[in-house]
Amino acid sequence: MTAARHAETDAHYKAPDVAGYAEVPHEAKVRLFEQIKGDIRFGDYLYGCYECGVCVAACPSARFYDFSPRRIAQAAAREDVDLIYQQMQEDIWECSQCFSCLRCPRGNNPGGIITIMREVAVSNGLASAKEALVGYSRIIYKIMSTGTQVSPDMLRPDAFLDWGPETGDVSDNLDLWRRALPPETMHTTSTGWSVADRTLVELYVIWLQTGVLDMIAEVDRDLHSILQELMEERLEEEGIEL
Amino acid sequence: MTIPTQALRRDKAAAEQVADRRSLIDPRAELLALERQGELIVQKIDREAVIVPTKYGREKRIQKAHLWHHKSCGQCGHIPGYSTSIFWVMRKLGYDYHDPEDQTSCTAWNYYASATSNSAAQAAVAVRNFAAAHESGYFPLIHCGTSYGHYKEVREELIHHPELRAQVRDIMAKLGKPLVLPEEIVHYSEWFHALRDEIAAKQVRDMSGIVVTVHPACHYYKLVEGDAIYDPDIYGGQRTAVVTGVAQALGAEVRSYSTWFDCCGFGFRHILVQRDFTRSFATLRKIEVMKEEANPDVVLTHDTGCVTTLDKSQFAARAHGRNVGLAVLSEAQFAALAMGAHPYRVCQLHWHSADYRPLLEKMGIDWEQAWGEFQSDLRRLESGEKRYLDWADVDG
Repeated sequence: MTAARHAETDAHYKAPDVAGYAEVPHEAKVRLFEQIKGDIRFGDYLYGCYECGVCVAACPSARFYDFSPRRIAQAAAREDVDLIYQQMQEDIWECSQCFSCLRCPRGNNPGGIITIMREVAVSNGLASAKEALVGYSRIIYKIMSTGTQVSPDMLRPDAFLDWGPETGDVSDNLDLWRRALPPETMHTTSTGWSVADRTLVELYVIWLQTGVLDMIAEVDRDLHSILQELMEERLEEEGIEL
Repeated sequence: MTIPTQALRRDKAAAEQVADRRSLIDPRAELLALERQGELIVQKIDREAVIVPTKYGREKRIQKAHLWHHKSCGQCGHIPGYSTSIFWVMRKLGYDYHDPEDQTSCTAWNYYASATSNSAAQAAVAVRNFAAAHESGYFPLIHCGTSYGHYKEVREELIHHPELRAQVRDIMAKLGKPLVLPEEIVHYSEWFHALRDEIAAKQVRDMSGIVVTVHPACHYYKLVEGDAIYDPDIYGGQRTAVVTGVAQALGAEVRSYSTWFDCCGFGFRHILVQRDFTRSFATLRKIEVMKEEANPDVVLTHDTGCVTTLDKSQFAARAHGRNVGLAVLSEAQFAALAMGAHPYRVCQLHWHSADYRPLLEKMGIDWEQAWGEFQSDLRRLESGEKRYLDWADVDG
């Protein structure tokens, strides 16, 4: 079904120019869907759809957004590449990834399909991926470079104003409060716990060998350059050649 | 062609003997079969274990001691009393453990938030951690619900996709490590559930006047659901038994509420960059419903994201005059308090946002005195008398 035909028959469908992203040729949409379908997990995540709506009833994002895990499963089952492209640009980042939709009586995993769709959106540098990750780069840097995600020194009142004055207390007393923790591994402030240098190098090998660093280049070139320099320098110090 | 009626009858009879055919799915058996084929190594449970029932009847063994603590980013990062309470309870029960530095995050929080990874990387991160545990000889115990759920997904993918196994094996070879998975993937809340009677035997504070609601963590019981603990004596086996089992063993009154199946609203990316959704869902669908229907003293849960979301979301909702104001703890902190843990030295409640003080008062804990004791600890650190507090300070 073409985009124009969709606009005539589907009240939910917005033409790409109306939604604020570029239209792409049909072949490009087919290529994106082939990447989704080619993921080893796709066949385990989709078996068809009874159209019962159990997934929507269980979905937290469906309560707050114009979002439906059922439409995700249906579009994938029908291989409707126009709608799938629209969902990749408009819908997939609203999913909470809680996997409540695994209640599906057909055994579908709409949340898992979305995980794959997001990966393909990132790998292809889609506008939605770049937009969704605005403000998120520091988290990617933290997890990829240090091996832990949200570190204690990220708990700053300016970043978490809505978490109440206790966030300020933590920030003001951070070093002292961390030193008051009895587990020896948790005296750190820039990582959740103390991670061994050798372990970090092993993690860098994984990011480089699996193409994850290349994915970052598609959504944030500056971050990619910083991470690449950091990882290559550490691997060189360790005498590791990939 | 003749219809093989005898064979069909035999197969049907065999299937009917099983209450739920999903109970035939046994990842442990599949792992051991792959080990026999030389595909991977299975780290075995090699100490005393407690047997617990899972959703479709498969028996799961929980090793009691000699455990490799796979820590949680969010717990260690901004709810440190969560991790500390897990360690403290284990120490009080006399079980040895290893708190490793050769552990990385599972990286699944980032993966579910940003998708800036892929199945091969996620599997390699998991296996690298499991290989580190295997090298140490300690059996892995996973602190985070998302790590636990994600690792179960990774295990499924590795079992069913030989090409993924080959890819991960190649990466592990570069690290000088084997492809190894544990015989069971165990969440800390399963350990607490399995040992709840031992925990209750060490109880020193009366919890009989405390009313509890439980938020079961999505990634604990929705991802690879057959591996989660269910018990016919708890909710008639219709909800996961963890957390509730511990609260009941400690004598607290657990009350139900209608939105128990709903997630907390964490959302992975939402909690970090789109918190309007998180705050709304956590307060409108969870905290307010609990207060209206059950009026608890505390909500107990068993995952990093859930404690964070339910605790931190209430401040902004209060400004809007919503019906919030409910203490949020992990059941590890709750159990530690029941066993006499210090609310600040062990449970580190000063890192929490929702007001926990009325709960402490109801437990008979003088929080002002306890805070004074903790302040004196801090003065020892500030004066240079000690660089760090340690377990001896806590237990003293």
